[in-house]
Parts: sequence; structure tokens; C-alpha cells
Amino acid sequence: MQPTKTGYMRRISKFYLGTVASLLLFVGCNKNDSQSGESGAGSIRIGEFASLTGKEAAFGTSSHNGTALAIEELNAAGGLLGRRLELLTEDDQSKKGEAATAVKKLISRDKVVAILGEVASGLSLEAAPICQTNRIPMISPSSTNPKVTEVGDFIFRICFIDPFQGTVMARFSQKTLKANRVATLTDVKQSYSEGLSQFFKEQFLKDGGEIVAEQKFSSGDKDFNAQLTAINAAKPQAIFVPSYYTEAALIVQQARQLGIQVPLFGGDGWEAPELLSIGGKAMEGCYYSTHYSPESTAPAVQNFLKKYKAKYHSVPDAMAALGYDSAMILADAIKRAGTTDGDKIRAALVETKNFEGVTGKTELDKNRNATKPAVIITIKDGAFKYVETIAP
Amino acid sequence: MNEFLQQVINGVSLGAIYALIALGYTMVYGVLKFINFAHSDVFMIGAFSAFYAVQKYPSVFVINSWPGGALVIFTVMALCALLGMVIELLAYRPLRNKPRLSVLITAIGVSLLIENLAQLQFGAAPQHFPDLLPVTIIHLGNLSISSTKIVVIGVAAFLLVALEFIVRKTKIGVAMRAVSFNHQTAALMGVNVDLVISFTFGLGSALAGAGGVLYSLSYPAVEPFMGIMPGLKAFVAAVLGGIGNIPGAALGGLLLGIIETFVKGSHYSTFTDAIAFAILILILLFRPAGLLGKVQIEKV
Repeated sequence: MQPTKTGYMRRISKFYLGTVASLLLFVGCNKNDSQSGESGAGSIRIGEFASLTGKEAAFGTSSHNGTALAIEELNAAGGLLGRRLELLTEDDQSKKGEAATAVKKLISRDKVVAILGEVASGLSLEAAPICQTNRIPMISPSSTNPKVTEVGDFIFRICFIDPFQGTVMARFSQKTLKANRVATLTDVKQSYSEGLSQFFKEQFLKDGGEIVAEQKFSSGDKDFNAQLTAINAAKPQAIFVPSYYTEAALIVQQARQLGIQVPLFGGDGWEAPELLSIGGKAMEGCYYSTHYSPESTAPAVQNFLKKYKAKYHSVPDAMAALGYDSAMILADAIKRAGTTDGDKIRAALVETKNFEGVTGKTELDKNRNATKPAVIITIKDGAFKYVETIAP
Repeated sequence: MNEFLQQVINGVSLGAIYALIALGYTMVYGVLKFINFAHSDVFMIGAFSAFYAVQKYPSVFVINSWPGGALVIFTVMALCALLGMVIELLAYRPLRNKPRLSVLITAIGVSLLIENLAQLQFGAAPQHFPDLLPVTIIHLGNLSISSTKIVVIGVAAFLLVALEFIVRKTKIGVAMRAVSFNHQTAALMGVNVDLVISFTFGLGSALAGAGGVLYSLSYPAVEPFMGIMPGLKAFVAAVLGGIGNIPGAALGGLLLGIIETFVKGSHYSTFTDAIAFAILILILLFRPAGLLGKVQIEKV
């Protein structure tokens, strides 16, 4: 999401949208020959849409790197069904509207057999109905909002969902932080943030906690002094900020400047190196939940770490691990299906059980969501440190 | 009471930045009677030039030090003044005697051009703005005020006074007011209109540059579209105060910052912009020319 455009820009983007819409209509007319090629021994085309630029670029790039690594590895091992895999990646620029365009292009022009993406729930929700209508299986590596897979039976995800993450954070704040009076600061423009906040609140109240203040903001905001001052007046013992990393870093920094000393904590939206580079020293003693920790000693994790470091010269974050797992789970399903037919891949995906991924043992339930453990991370001495694992 | 005072401080430090940007809109409107939409992009360029200055020349622009910070602000102001004058020379001067609408469209074009060039050059992802000044937190009873907020308010107040001095007490200031009153007559009296307009753009852009640096000090994430929202708010502040009126722009900025902060801190934070703008519309209903603006009767 870019910040809201001014009036004149809105007019321009309306015109632009109009143009795009008419182009899409045109593309839609050609749908007849879009049934992807079972025939021909060409490569198996897998589509990916990701935020390679824009506000969530850190997530999109990590996720894409993980996916690309998986495809490379699969091809090195001889591909699938005797055919090479080809990854076609579209950049949706972290913008609403672009995700739909990207996915339509992948399906109708590039004729991909399956789609991988997005990190942001809002963008996955935009692409999901298109994949569903075209009967192309879509696997979101890390969209945690429950609505994503509710779109239809072709939409899967391989990460845990917000109700689970919200529950984990509610338990964490009461058990580990010993905080029974908590304030929330929610991003009303992100379905991810709103969902997480709601599930956190439900569990937290059920366990006898008290929400002392509920404040809101819109993504793209830079000034949170007003909300934080109001929160501070309610004297919470901790503040739950289920936002993405750019805002989270600014919020934590402004909270510390306002003299707020209590810990702030969030969900997997916090996980990005930018959290530390933008937030700096202020981030010390804050917590978030995520999908995996590179500190884990599991062989799958260590193996992945080694390969990722060799290729990208950096430590993979959770998004990279999920991106990697999403491609591997899809490959596993295609192998079991023995074909690239969308309906058969879908049927194979539903059967995924005990898949040993980098992000833990993954099982897809009847709602096409993954059941797997969550990891709590803290920031200490300017680095991410593993705290504990919370099982479902 | 504490919360109230803290919110006033938050509001004033936000409003001070709006005021700085609003001055640029108001001055250009004063002399040329058109809205320079590229102004908010000069603000963004100001932030980015500070960002790159400390990265490229760390020995000259020492971060975390007062002299280093001051040097950065002055350099950025000079750079932005230059940028503003170049924009005026290339984009607006050729259209000086054309319909005002053409200039307005050009301004939108320049704005989009700068934003997209910046995205190409700097990348769209937000980047961390370095700590130019040492930050300490001052505790007054239960109030916490970071030194950054005090610097922002102080620098903005100083620049406002300096600007008022230039416009009221110097020769070029008199010339600016003359051009603002009537181009032709001013030209007939021997005022070099082009020079005065160029100077006005330079001055306004310098303030936008300073605003960009101050904004990034408070909210240390810089990206190519960071100017759009503050720019829009500042434009509204300028209209609220009475467009073309310098103290009006400052008042409008402060007022907008404070209203916004109070709404955000209440239960209606989702409606911040809606409520802030509704109040503005109300004020404009009763004072159409803005708080300090004069209603001008146009002779037909």
C-alpha cells in the first residue's frame, strides 16, 4: 500500500484503472485457449506474484528468494514428472489492484499450472477469487488472515492463521509477560492487522485479561504520538501492535520517546531487517510471533540455512522459509498427482500430511489451512533472539 | 490534564512542520495565483538529500552532533532552493502568460515526474533516516518531551520569524509584495518580476527542504511518496489560514496539527481526516477567505 494519493492523483488513477479494466475485459475474452497444456513436454510453469517493490518489499523479496531457491533445487534434482520447472514472477508493487492484474496475466497469458503468493493478506484476497474461477490452485506462503482460504476450495496456505497467532500472543502476554492489562494499536487499512487484533482480544478477554485502550491508525501514517499518548494515559502493562514492520518500528520509537517503558509486541508482520534498521535501539525488549527461527537445530532448517546463505549471502527470515516451503509443498502435490491438471493438483494438496518443511511439520486441514507451531522472538542487543515455541 | 498537555505538544510539533510546508504554497500562490503541486516533492527531495548527504560525506555531515545537524539543514535548504528555482525556470516560466489551468496541470506533471524519478532512483521501500541530532528525553512532571520535538518547534518558529522579516523589512520582500499585488504595475515601477518570482520559489522550496529534514527527524523512514500526505495537509492549512497570507499559513498549520492530534487520540481515530477536514469546511463556511485572509472584491 502506498500512502493515500491526493485528489488529483486519485483522478488519474481512476482513469488508469478504467484503462486496466478494459484491458482485462479484452484478456478475459481469450479465456478459451487458456486451459494450460497437459500436452507437450515443455516446462511446468508455476506463477508467483509478490511485492518486490513498495512498502512490503522486504517481505516480498524474502518470500521470492525462498521460492526461487526451492525451484532451483527441484530442477537440480531433475525437475518434476520428467519436466523442468519454470517460475514466472510478477511484481504487484505492494499495491491493491496490481495483484489482480498480475494473477490474471499469469493465468491467461503465461498459462501457469499453479500460483504461489502473496505475503500480504489483502493482496492474496484480491487474487484468490481469480484463481478460484479459473480452477488454478493458489498457495499463499504467509497470508495469515482466515478469509483468504475461505474464498474457495482451490485456495491453500501453508502458514498458521491469525486466530491461532492471536491466541498465541494472548497466552504469551499473560503467561510470559505477566501482562493482564493490555492496549492494542491496530492498522484499520490492513485485514491482517484487524483480524489479528480481534482474535487476540477474544482470547485475551476469555482468559480474564483487560483491554484498557483500543487505538487505531491507517497504514502509511507516520505520526502515532496522539494514539500512544492516549494509550499511555490508560496505563497498560504491554501494548499489542499487530501491524507491519515499517509502522511497528515507528510506533515503538515514538512510544519510547514519549517515555512509555512497557514492552510492545506484535505478529509475524514485524519480521524484517527493517524493523531493526528503522526502529534502532528502541526495539530492545519487544516481542513478536513468527513461523520459524534460524536458531533452530532441526536438520531441515540447517540445510535450508546453508543453501540460502550460499545463494543470497544473508540469513533467511520466516518469509523466505515459507516461500521455500510453499514451492516444495506444491512440488510434492504435483508429484503425487502425477499431472499438472489443476483439479488433480488440488486433490493432491488436500492430502498433504506430515510434510517436513523448514517451518516445521505441516499438515493441511479440511479448510486448506496449515496446522503448525508458532515461535516467539525478542529483540536483544540489536538482534532477533529465539524465546519459545508454542504448539497448536 | 497531563494527557491534554502532552497532546498539545504532539500537535504543535506536527503542526510546525505543516506550517513550514504551507508557507511555500502560500508564497507561490501570493505571487503567481496558482498551486505549486510539486512543492510536496521538494519536501521529499529535501529529506532524501539529507539522507544521502550523511551517507556520502560522513566526515563533513557528522551525524549525532549539533553542528553536523545544522550544516545538513542549511545544505538541504540551499539545494532545495536551487531545485525550486530550476522547476520554476523550466516548467512554469514558459507558461507565465498562459491560462492558469495550464500551469496547474504542469505542476501536477512535475510532481508525478519527481515522485517517479525518485522511486526509480531511491527505490520504493522506506529507508531509515539517520539520527542527525543527539536525542534526549526531557521529563517535566509526567510529561515526556523528546529533544527532537523541541528542535522541530524551535527551528520552525525561527524560520517563520526569519521569513516574516524578509517579507516585511527587506527590499526583496517589498518587491515580492509588490509583485503579489500586481505584476504589471510592479514591472512598470522597475521591479524585475522574473527575479522576484524565482526568489519566491527558492525561499518556499528552502522551507520545504527544512520541513523535509525536520519531518524525517521525527518520523525516521524516508520514501519517495512521503511528501504526498503532509503536502496535502499543508495545502489545506494554507487555505485554512487564508491562502497568500504568511502568518495565516503558520496558524493554519498549527491548528490542523493540533486538531488532527486530538482526534487521533480520541475514540474516533479512524475518522481523523474526516473530522479534521469537516472542521476546516465549517471554518471556511464562515470565513471563506480563511482565518486571516481578506475577502477581495473582484472588479468586473
